[in-house]
Amino acid sequence: MNFLDITNETCPMTFVKVKLQLAKMEQGQDLEVILNEGEPLNNVPASCEEQGYKVLSIEEVGDGKHRIIIQK
Amino acid sequence: MTDKVEVKTDKKDLTLVCFSGDFDKVLAAFVMATGAAATNRKVTIFFTFWGLNVLKKEYGHKALGKGILAKTFNFLMGGRNKLPLSRLNFGGASPDLMTSMMKKHNVATLPELIEAAHALGVRFQACEMALHILELERDDLIEEVEDVVGVATFLNESENAHIVFV
Repeated sequence: MNFLDITNETCPMTFVKVKLQLAKMEQGQDLEVILNEGEPLNNVPASCEEQGYKVLSIEEVGDGKHRIIIQK
Repeated sequence: MTDKVEVKTDKKDLTLVCFSGDFDKVLAAFVMATGAAATNRKVTIFFTFWGLNVLKKEYGHKALGKGILAKTFNFLMGGRNKLPLSRLNFGGASPDLMTSMMKKHNVATLPELIEAAHALGVRFQACEMALHILELERDDLIEEVEDVVGVATFLNESENAHIVFV
């Protein structure tokens, strides 16, 4: 699976990296993203859904970090 | 970051007029541009006057143009590595200091944001009139510049967009 850890990124590179990674992937492929709560968690999944991608799961992995799975 | 991203959305477009050539203001313009493009908005940046320095192929100081005045202005202004801070520039030392602070805090640097903006499909347009004044040619600008346009084209294309002046 494609993987991206954006917990060390700040706005706007959080969205930017996810969007550019998804652009490189094939339709139907999954992307695992580890992100922080707050701004990234509030906006990254929503922004992916706007583009027609499916957010398959969101789970907390501790330390305020979350793992989301996005299907292109 | 070579793959161009296509923007599919019904969100309002964003047009930024990048008039300033100040490091901090240009940074703000690119943060807005990349943020908007990454959240599915069509974004155009219209660079005019001091803002054209961001688009020069030559990142340092170079006497571009033909006449003595244009050459002097272009040399003194320099390119994107020489953009001054709008305050507390400390003789040109501040942008490097600011960049090192940005890196320390994992904030994207200006070159990273410019590259990201291009990869996200943000359109770069250069103002025809300002190019004439500074005696710059299309060839003096980075290849990411999509077009050299006048104010009428810029306004027509931004008819239904938010326009933000930086």
